[in-house]
Amino acid sequence: MEYEAVIGLEVHAELKTGSKAFCNCTTAFGGEPNTHVCPICLGLPGVLPKINRKVVEFGLKAALALNCQVASFCKFDRKNYYYPDLPKNYQISQYDLPLARHGFLEIEVNGEKKKIGIARVHMEEDAGKLIHVDGSGGGYTLVDYNRAGVPLLEIVSEPDLRSPAEARAYMEQLKAVLEYTEVSDCKMQEGSLRCDANVSVRPLGSREFGTKTEVKNMNSFRALQRALEYEIERQIAILESGGRVVQETRGWDESRGVTVSMRSKEEAHDYRYFPEPDLVPLVIDQEWIEKVRRELPELPNSRRERLIRDYGLPPYDAGVITSSKALADYFDRAVALFPDAKQVSNWLMGDFLRLLNASGLEPDASPVKPEGLAELLKLQQEGTISIKIAKQVFEEMFATGKGARQIVEEKGLVQISDAGELAAIVEKVLAEHPQVVADYRGGKDKALGFLVGQVMKATRGKANPALVNQLLKERL
Amino acid sequence: MAITLKEVEHVALLARLYLSEEEKQAYTQQLNSILEYMQKLNELDTAAVEPTAHVLPLKNVLRDDEVRPGLPREKALAGAPEAQDGQFKVPRVV
Amino acid sequence: MELYYLTAHELGDLLQRKEVSAREVAESFLERLETVDVKVRAYLTVTPEKALEQAARVDAARARGENLSPLAGVPMALKDNLCTEGVRTTCASKMLAEWVPPYSAFVVRRLEAEGAVMLGKLNMDEFAMGSSNENSRFYPVHNPWDLERVPGGSSGGATAAVAAGEACYALGSDTGGSIRQPASFCGVVGMKPTYGRVSRFGLVAFASSLDQIGPITRDVTDCALVLQAIAGHDPYDSTSANLPVPDYRAVLTGEIRGLKIGIPKEYFPEGMEGEVARIVKRAIGRLSDLGAICEEVSLPHTEYALPAYYLVAPAEASSNLARYDGVGFGLRVEGNDIIDMYMRTRSEGFGAEVKRRIMLGTYALSSGYYDAYYLKALKVRTLIRRDFEQAFKRFDVLATPTSPTVAFRLGEKAGDPLAMYLSDLFTIPVNMAGLPAISIPCGFSQGLPVGLQLIGKPFDEETLLRVAYAFEQNTDYHRRRPELGV
Repeated sequence: MEYEAVIGLEVHAELKTGSKAFCNCTTAFGGEPNTHVCPICLGLPGVLPKINRKVVEFGLKAALALNCQVASFCKFDRKNYYYPDLPKNYQISQYDLPLARHGFLEIEVNGEKKKIGIARVHMEEDAGKLIHVDGSGGGYTLVDYNRAGVPLLEIVSEPDLRSPAEARAYMEQLKAVLEYTEVSDCKMQEGSLRCDANVSVRPLGSREFGTKTEVKNMNSFRALQRALEYEIERQIAILESGGRVVQETRGWDESRGVTVSMRSKEEAHDYRYFPEPDLVPLVIDQEWIEKVRRELPELPNSRRERLIRDYGLPPYDAGVITSSKALADYFDRAVALFPDAKQVSNWLMGDFLRLLNASGLEPDASPVKPEGLAELLKLQQEGTISIKIAKQVFEEMFATGKGARQIVEEKGLVQISDAGELAAIVEKVLAEHPQVVADYRGGKDKALGFLVGQVMKATRGKANPALVNQLLKERL
Repeated sequence: MAITLKEVEHVALLARLYLSEEEKQAYTQQLNSILEYMQKLNELDTAAVEPTAHVLPLKNVLRDDEVRPGLPREKALAGAPEAQDGQFKVPRVV
Repeated sequence: MELYYLTAHELGDLLQRKEVSAREVAESFLERLETVDVKVRAYLTVTPEKALEQAARVDAARARGENLSPLAGVPMALKDNLCTEGVRTTCASKMLAEWVPPYSAFVVRRLEAEGAVMLGKLNMDEFAMGSSNENSRFYPVHNPWDLERVPGGSSGGATAAVAAGEACYALGSDTGGSIRQPASFCGVVGMKPTYGRVSRFGLVAFASSLDQIGPITRDVTDCALVLQAIAGHDPYDSTSANLPVPDYRAVLTGEIRGLKIGIPKEYFPEGMEGEVARIVKRAIGRLSDLGAICEEVSLPHTEYALPAYYLVAPAEASSNLARYDGVGFGLRVEGNDIIDMYMRTRSEGFGAEVKRRIMLGTYALSSGYYDAYYLKALKVRTLIRRDFEQAFKRFDVLATPTSPTVAFRLGEKAGDPLAMYLSDLFTIPVNMAGLPAISIPCGFSQGLPVGLQLIGKPFDEETLLRVAYAFEQNTDYHRRRPELGV
């Protein structure tokens, strides 16, 4: 039988406000344990929360960017459960009246566009960090409340995703939107962007949902895709063998490449939601919404369309470049200085991203700035350096932060375009390889490439390849 | 809607309370008489009534996104039953 | 009269005229406290060093010729659910027996700025849950008018201390009557301001949508003075109203002619103590004599307030009290794993009434029961508010008994939670509607004080004070002091 997967994603993004959601403690990442805390985020007796305006504004921004309907009236609720990372043993969240609902995000997989529904967007507070220490008697756990109270946006998709690839594309697109709107850093490794998935499978064509499992602990796009692939296969295998999928929470084990059942709690969850009495409701009028809407930046999809339309970039290139706001910004600045957009895009998608990924840097932290790249491309275009040398210079620029022209001059990498100088070298090469010359004359066209290579070698790559070709052909 | 002993046990677990057998019995009986008294509320038709979660008509009480220093770590941990390496220490979780 | 039995405004005058020093006043109270608190047991923590230090500061400031608040140098004490930096704040619970807050409540900082002298922290029902003070995990408080009787609760330590000369005034908290009912039982003035009038920041939460801090004093003038000091907007309490605070002393004119006072008939139910009803009616008659227009009114949903309250308050409490888990502060009882530790800590840390309310509240919020109980109660809350809104279209103030009874005997209702809850029958609707109300002494029944409750429109504490003051000017119940046999 053929099966189809049904996937919904529940994403948590930490909002990059300066202070926490309900107190004035910093949200800065890192810091010694329990140094970004106060009576409020420690949940000491007697304290009261006070909502950070920016949390609401960032929430609105994201909601509008995700095409949601913003609630004119929303409120906070308490979600009650006991866990030591939660100082009050309840989380301030939103339950029946969230900030926004009914949005969508457009994704593209294998050239096909698809709208993925967004069920809801709501605000809540993050929990602290637990470190489990092994030891006698089962060990112990240490608690750091620096992250407790950091604002989160929870974004819940509809179960519209049908494959791990779609889920990944959705997640990448969502990350891009949150980055473009500058509401979250979206660093999956630091945990500022997290994602849980609800997964089920059903016979292709069926309209009913199968039993779902919730998959957690996926800390990268790759992990998300692999975990879903595994989980879908696992569920199909169960159904194929006549078994039944158990509704449960499963954790992705990255090293083993499997999902593992997370021991179900000794009781069913009963969060006992009720309206947070310490916070008053939010009434969001049209004026506020419009103000936020006017401040929205260009979003990934429209930017992608713009790159295709204005620069004639292939859709694939435009997609890669606009997947990160920083990369797209980099592209815009570089193109402003060096208008051959395709060339810029080739460089960004090639050596630039390769070196960035290798060093784990974001585009805006690259040692080579757009000005530097443009300078390099100009040197190449003028014929001062060859493309091969340009690649070498780029690596050098990336490693040292020096300018292209400086490196070219220091290392004497200027291309040799002087016909007289090159003719002498060509003569020498021909003299050294009489057999190859004979082969070429005998009809072996390939032999020419060898000879060009020898000239390039003799000039340490600086010879103008076109001129070398021309000279060789004249002499042969 | 009487509360059973079993429900009392479930609620006690939700509330993280151990109850002795006598307490379970006593709470079952007391909660039942209280809940019976609550049945009085069902005399009222509230289908068309909005709930009151807040008595004051306040809305949009927001603060600016300002960072201020919190507690020094010694003070944050001063009340902790047990602490280690600048962190709160608890029996192993999971 | 001894210094310890003077009112704050009387002491303030003496201090201002330099007839006594703040030190002498503080010493008088500390001495009194030492003598009588073995019987009354109003205090959980006494802070004599702090009191004398604060008194010395006031004396020094006065010597420098500084312009001081009328409350400067007047000794007071705080219900032990108000956080005091550096001074343990127990909520009369084993859970917080050793807890020392790293911050002070908004109202505490306000009073400190006024030059208040703090004598210590006052006994109460554990986490403010109770109507008799017998739920203190330390020891019960005894009513200064009859040591065999309860002082009321939950601010029983506060009202007993003020009545017995152990503090000139106190701050209490009132969630369902916890200031007014014990004020009535102890023959002192107690006010619950409008919800939002006084910041709750630093008040250990019981039921957040109902809790309010208020003054407990020996007369209405002191009530106005203390309210003046603690009222006003606090940016750290989202439910604090951003409204100007009027000059409360300015309304103490004694003039109430033409004022319309409603007498809700539901507040004189059958089965109520006849003597209490008679004394309260006589007091209302006195208000008529002073020119007020008193007429009967109906608040038809009154009888539903109590059952609705006992769903809303425990529900909020069950969540507010979840933080007492042995992790960050307070008591921990070691266990085999985290859940075992939680459960041992909470079972030992909380007393029977607190556990009962946590159970009730948890049940009311749990899935399957939310709509039937909690949501239903919130809707009934709307009906109760509407009753008052209707009544206040016609009346400026409502007058009722504060409690259906006078102070009862220790142990008398301890075994019957529901009977105990009924003690707050007349005070609870006020919290449900968020209104201001004051209880003032209006007579004695067999030597025990009876309280008159006046209920006002939202943020109209002024009219309450005005009526209460007019009554007080024409009676002398507020001048009586218990014998205490010392």
